[in-house]
Amino acid sequence: MDRRPRRYFIKEQPMPQPDEMPDRPSLFQRIRYSIFPGTLKTGKDREGYRRLFNSLVLHFRPRTVQEETLRWTLTWGLGGMAVVLVSMLLGTGVLLKFVYQPIPEKAYESILYLQKEVLFGQLIRNIHHWSANALILMSFLHLLRVFFTGAFHAPRQFNWVIGTASFLVILFSNFTGYLLPWDQLAFWAITICTGMLEYMPGIGLWLQGLIQGGPEMGPGTLSRFYAIHTAILPITLLILMPFHFWRIRKAGGLVVPRQPGQGSGERGQSVPAIPNLLLREIVVALVLIACLLVFSMFFDAPLGDKANPGLSPNPTKAPWYFMGIQEMLLHFHPLFALFVIPALMLIALLALPYLNYELNTAGVWFASTKGRSMALIASLAALIGTPLAILADEYLVEVAGRLPTIPTWITNGLVPLAAVLAAVAAFYVFLKRKCAASNTETVQMVFVLLLVVFLVLTVTGIWFRGEGMKLVWPWSGGP
Amino acid sequence: MTKMKKTKPLSVEKENRPEVNPSRRSFLNTLWVVLGGLALVEVVALVLAFFRPRKTGIKAGDSAGILEAGSVDKFALNSVTAFVRGKFYLVRLENGGFLALSRKCTHLGCTVPWSSRDVRFVCPCHASVYDIRGEVVTAPAPRPLDLHPVFIENNIVKVDTNQVVKRNTFRPEQVVYRKK
Repeated sequence: MDRRPRRYFIKEQPMPQPDEMPDRPSLFQRIRYSIFPGTLKTGKDREGYRRLFNSLVLHFRPRTVQEETLRWTLTWGLGGMAVVLVSMLLGTGVLLKFVYQPIPEKAYESILYLQKEVLFGQLIRNIHHWSANALILMSFLHLLRVFFTGAFHAPRQFNWVIGTASFLVILFSNFTGYLLPWDQLAFWAITICTGMLEYMPGIGLWLQGLIQGGPEMGPGTLSRFYAIHTAILPITLLILMPFHFWRIRKAGGLVVPRQPGQGSGERGQSVPAIPNLLLREIVVALVLIACLLVFSMFFDAPLGDKANPGLSPNPTKAPWYFMGIQEMLLHFHPLFALFVIPALMLIALLALPYLNYELNTAGVWFASTKGRSMALIASLAALIGTPLAILADEYLVEVAGRLPTIPTWITNGLVPLAAVLAAVAAFYVFLKRKCAASNTETVQMVFVLLLVVFLVLTVTGIWFRGEGMKLVWPWSGGP
Repeated sequence: MTKMKKTKPLSVEKENRPEVNPSRRSFLNTLWVVLGGLALVEVVALVLAFFRPRKTGIKAGDSAGILEAGSVDKFALNSVTAFVRGKFYLVRLENGGFLALSRKCTHLGCTVPWSSRDVRFVCPCHASVYDIRGEVVTAPAPRPLDLHPVFIENNIVKVDTNQVVKRNTFRPEQVVYRKK
């Protein structure tokens, strides 16, 4: 194979010679030997210390990795980037904690103080802000990569669940952090998001009170969000992450990439993880950190006016990662947009690795050649169908107005949801018959379809919604 | 290097152990599970109690939450007056009746401004529209604006901001009139 990833091996080095302990060591020598007792050992033992150090640092890395898994186009370095971003976030987050005051009267002022008075304060906040947003993006892309390379099949099923849980933790970290500046942007975005909880049947109001710490947004909300953001979620993530990595090792490393039709099973050549894997990871980390720093120097994290509970800005939008849900809110009854549909999506996501598949396509991008073309058709269908559906709902269909006697949760919730599900089902049956596809391929197709629908909704919410949530062109002077 | 201490193999110890009454063992096991479960329930209850939302400091029916809006004649017919401190609008309808509408949108909790030009409440967040009585003109709001109880004593309009009355539709009984 000529397109093999480049390999590195550590050159054989002569055994290091031990230092000789002087008869009467000076104070500095004694201190040095107390810290590095290994330097006094014989050559063989010293080598052992080096190995120990390596295995300590790379506790979650195997000694050797399969050569093929080093390929950049298998992972795109996404998981590694997420780890780098998490560590950047922890570092800058701890710094921010020294300045920030989680009290409504002081929070906004402390951010202003941070930005204007603290040396590099603005930069630190920018890095934290952009890392957080990049983390959502990276972990989402990582999720897609894992899905499309079939890396959720046995024995990696449960690791998919851990990964999904980590993704949720990341989402909620972003969400809770969003409130902390206590500006107009934050205040109203969180107001509408906690307002969404009211529609959860049964426990909604109770949960809302629990999260808000009172009947409405106030000091209780801020201190709760602060505690969740700076303690509960980071700790949860720090528990989930090693679990996630450990399961990769348990699964025998990453999926081995292969072409469609190529059988799995034969193990390729293994190469030492140090330096082959380590070097690549360091390169990715350094490039990412450099990009992040440059970006944070030029683009400031947004900060609106101080929160004013008496004045909702127009338009008030949720954070961008919840924009797809907000867009659904304009088309469905809140009970469905905020509860039924997201719950169904989450259940589907968690159940994904446990469905019945005929083929284990781990390592093949998009499962097979047929899978690739079906995914393409599905994404095209969603790309065309979703904007048409949005436009139709906006300008043509007014179901609720015509049937005033029926409750809106049926006319605006059940009926449109049934219509959407019927459309998806029809598409599924049609393509399944036409292509005589396996389960693996059709599940992927439905996933792609729903994914692209959600992406289109998100893009619409971010760029095509203006004042009063009316449809606008993004270049016609929106917000 | 530490010297390994020679210990008896475990199996030998096990053999020498006296027979345990199986029913006693299972009883103790059950006891442990029950006690552990009880402790868990206690911890959960404790945490939930700890996280109970803060009280606003005022109990319902307490006079502290009652806001004196002013004398009846101060409010013109068919007018809407905003009370920032109480977070509500005092509406005087054309027939002279009063309504105190919460300014919180029933859709997702944004603050709804009164637009005197349109004679409507228009929510800036998701474009819900309410008329002067708080009734929904345009979705997505699922129900009319919430009410605060209004009462008129000695020609002074008073609003109880502690109590929030949710309603599904406007009814004439909700309007408060001056006693004749």
